[in-house]
Amino acid sequence: MSQPIVEYRGISKYFAGVRALEKVDFSCRAGSIHGVLGENGAGKSTLIKIMAGVLRPDAGEMLLDGRPVSFAEPQAAADAGIVCMFQELSLVPDLSVADNISIARPPRRFGLIDRRAQVARAEALLARVRCEDIDPNALVRELSLSRRQMVEIAKALGRDPKVLILDEATSALTARDVQTVYDLLAELKAQGVASLFISHRMHEVDQLCDTLSVFRNGRHIETFAKGDKSERDIVRLMIGRDVEAQFPPKPAPVPAAERGAPLLSVQGLAWQNRLNGIDLAVHPGEIVGLGGLDGQGQKELLLALFGVLRDVEGAVVIGGRKGIPGSPAAARSGRTRIALVPEDRKTEGLMLAMPIADNLLAASFARISRGPFIDPARARKAVDDGIERLRIKTGSASDPVMTLSGGNQQKVVIAKWLMIDPDIVLLNDPTRGIDVGTKQEIYRLMRELANAGKAILFYSSDYAELIGCCDRVSVLYGGRVVSEKEGDQLTEEGLIAASLNIDVEAA
Amino acid sequence: MHQPAWKRWLQQNLGFASALLLLLTIYLVYNMLHPRGFSSAVAVQNANETAAIAFVAMAQTIPVLMGGLDLSVGAVMTLTNCIASEFVNGSPAEIVFGMIATLLAGTAFGLANGLIVVYGRIQPIIATLATGAIAIGLALIVRPKPGGDVDGDLGWALTNSVWDFADTYGLADGGDAWWLRPFADIPMPLIIVILVTVLVWVPFRRSVTGRTVYAIGSAEGAAFMSGLPIARAKIAAFTLAGFFAACGGLYLAIQTSSGNADLQQAGAYTLNSIAAVVLGGTSLLGGIGGAVASLVGAAILRVISFYFRILDIDPLLQPLIEGLVLLIAVSFGAIRTLRVKNKLDLFR
Repeated sequence: MSQPIVEYRGISKYFAGVRALEKVDFSCRAGSIHGVLGENGAGKSTLIKIMAGVLRPDAGEMLLDGRPVSFAEPQAAADAGIVCMFQELSLVPDLSVADNISIARPPRRFGLIDRRAQVARAEALLARVRCEDIDPNALVRELSLSRRQMVEIAKALGRDPKVLILDEATSALTARDVQTVYDLLAELKAQGVASLFISHRMHEVDQLCDTLSVFRNGRHIETFAKGDKSERDIVRLMIGRDVEAQFPPKPAPVPAAERGAPLLSVQGLAWQNRLNGIDLAVHPGEIVGLGGLDGQGQKELLLALFGVLRDVEGAVVIGGRKGIPGSPAAARSGRTRIALVPEDRKTEGLMLAMPIADNLLAASFARISRGPFIDPARARKAVDDGIERLRIKTGSASDPVMTLSGGNQQKVVIAKWLMIDPDIVLLNDPTRGIDVGTKQEIYRLMRELANAGKAILFYSSDYAELIGCCDRVSVLYGGRVVSEKEGDQLTEEGLIAASLNIDVEAA
Repeated sequence: MHQPAWKRWLQQNLGFASALLLLLTIYLVYNMLHPRGFSSAVAVQNANETAAIAFVAMAQTIPVLMGGLDLSVGAVMTLTNCIASEFVNGSPAEIVFGMIATLLAGTAFGLANGLIVVYGRIQPIIATLATGAIAIGLALIVRPKPGGDVDGDLGWALTNSVWDFADTYGLADGGDAWWLRPFADIPMPLIIVILVTVLVWVPFRRSVTGRTVYAIGSAEGAAFMSGLPIARAKIAAFTLAGFFAACGGLYLAIQTSSGNADLQQAGAYTLNSIAAVVLGGTSLLGGIGGAVASLVGAAILRVISFYFRILDIDPLLQPLIEGLVLLIAVSFGAIRTLRVKNKLDLFR
């Protein structure tokens, strides 16, 4: 057994008081391919960001080759031989492929960047990842996502890593490229490089890694050699035992035949290569969940229905009418009104520096105006109603919305949309980063809306929430609905297995 | 197979290529319409009128590439113009000293801008609005009233043709050497602008710092994650802007033999520099373009104004027409947004 090349001792990290990593002891060895598994929010990203010098731990220490290290910035980690390929690509779109591959340490001649040597170097590295088809002089923005990812890999290789971190590095790759990356990792393993492999694709992890570690809720649960545990055991480790949240009671399930006409029906929805033929229907009075791991097309689906994406293909029927609204403004004011509670409340949901009142009214100015002017009396009444309905805890409606807590900010977003009296409510992970109490209020509100005949499409990265709130859950994988769970099938184990696109019964 | 190099270049530099084509076309037509077109005298006059704005446009380019704006470039040009009008005279050694001092002053001012932006964490546009006013204030202290004295020989030599330069300083057989013949009619201002570009801009673009400037404008997060020296590049960008602005100020002093702390002139140069940068095909969002493109943009602006003299158009129409040309030119840049698939990207 070789000594660990990277070792964590009691590392903790908090974001605004929320635990991301808690006293983590973790190590990985040279010449191994180490898979890191965990649910969304288990702490995997934080783990590697600390290693790569992007974040600094709040407590604990990290050892590299047995010596304590602390990286002030990504370059320091790279200089020490820790090279990371992030999910969000670290390529500069307006620079050429060759520029990007040698970005921080280019070959030089007379102190200046030697472009010819740089192109030659890029060609050599691209050949190593079998991407001779990529022109080193092309700009990165001209390349498709899968090509960019291969450039990212070539760039990482060029830095002579001792530790190579791949965070979802294969998510956009073609099958041929995936094989190339596998071969490459095997080659690096033979050379004594430690690879940390983070992937949501269970069969990849299974095929590639020799060691596996499971994380859950910011804790390192267990590390074991591949083959020591069955897939079923691994899934169980990932779930653990969570405290059950309180969910409002669900109505008795309605058999599919008796549901009547859907308010929203989607068939073969496709967009770029993120959505690849989604079929879905939501009836009045129903809460349909969108499950699956992050980034499988859930967000794009909601954006498409809200008129944000261009060139969406597929048949969509909303309230008996064909077609997708052309813009959020059209979605909001059509005959069947649609509301979207967006992914990032700070940038897409709220105007942070503006008063709570203005934020609440932002989607419904037409309803409270007389002619071109806002009617102050009606505006005040609408604001008061909104604050009361969602029990938003505020000092004054004229305070900037950023003075509120996260939970109350999210309530403002929801209240804003309820003011237009929507028929279809799209929710993009509305409970992320907010407190338990507010979460429960949101659950209750969702059920009230459904009982009032609204159709609700609800994406959540928290499986417990999907199980507790939804009448049905469609699990997305690779831009497609791979499984639909309802009733007794709606279990955490079933959802996770479907998310990873594996069949637990067969395992 | 990879695309041929010229095709790739054209694809990646469409804005610059169309600006260059526009410039060549309008300058050719201008010379055909001009009674003394295609002569050295006209070229010299045109080059003289273009040099200062060309330098200021180059100065503006670098902060713009980074995704910022430098509102002090015109003011720094004015300040250095006043400094030059005070010092660029006397013995040859004193003249050289005066020129170096002028350039250093502008460079130092740019460095101060960079330090304020990086360590003061102030947005470039507001930081340079303030420092621009300071530069004008300093210029007024140096030269409360227009005037000054710049060495006459130098003024003559640098604002005429290459032959005149050689003749003034008795170089190359007084300008008659056989090897100078092919270059004798080229305007000196053009030579100076090209020299500064080749000696300063080209190496900068090929340094890690220069590349970092592009990377910051293109995707600052990715630049940071890739370990690029962001603070250094920002400071260097403003410093270099100061240097180029000083080149403009020095040239203006040599050309006019005087200095003038003119607030309105400074403002006009700053705004025209932004117009020239955009006309050349550099993106105001950063990451795309370059100083050479801005030279072309500055030249387009100037050639448009030349037309007013030969076509007998009311000069009062000049701002209107310049505005229309600018608007049409930048409209082409907006075509790109029609291809965006996720409308949220338009707001990022």
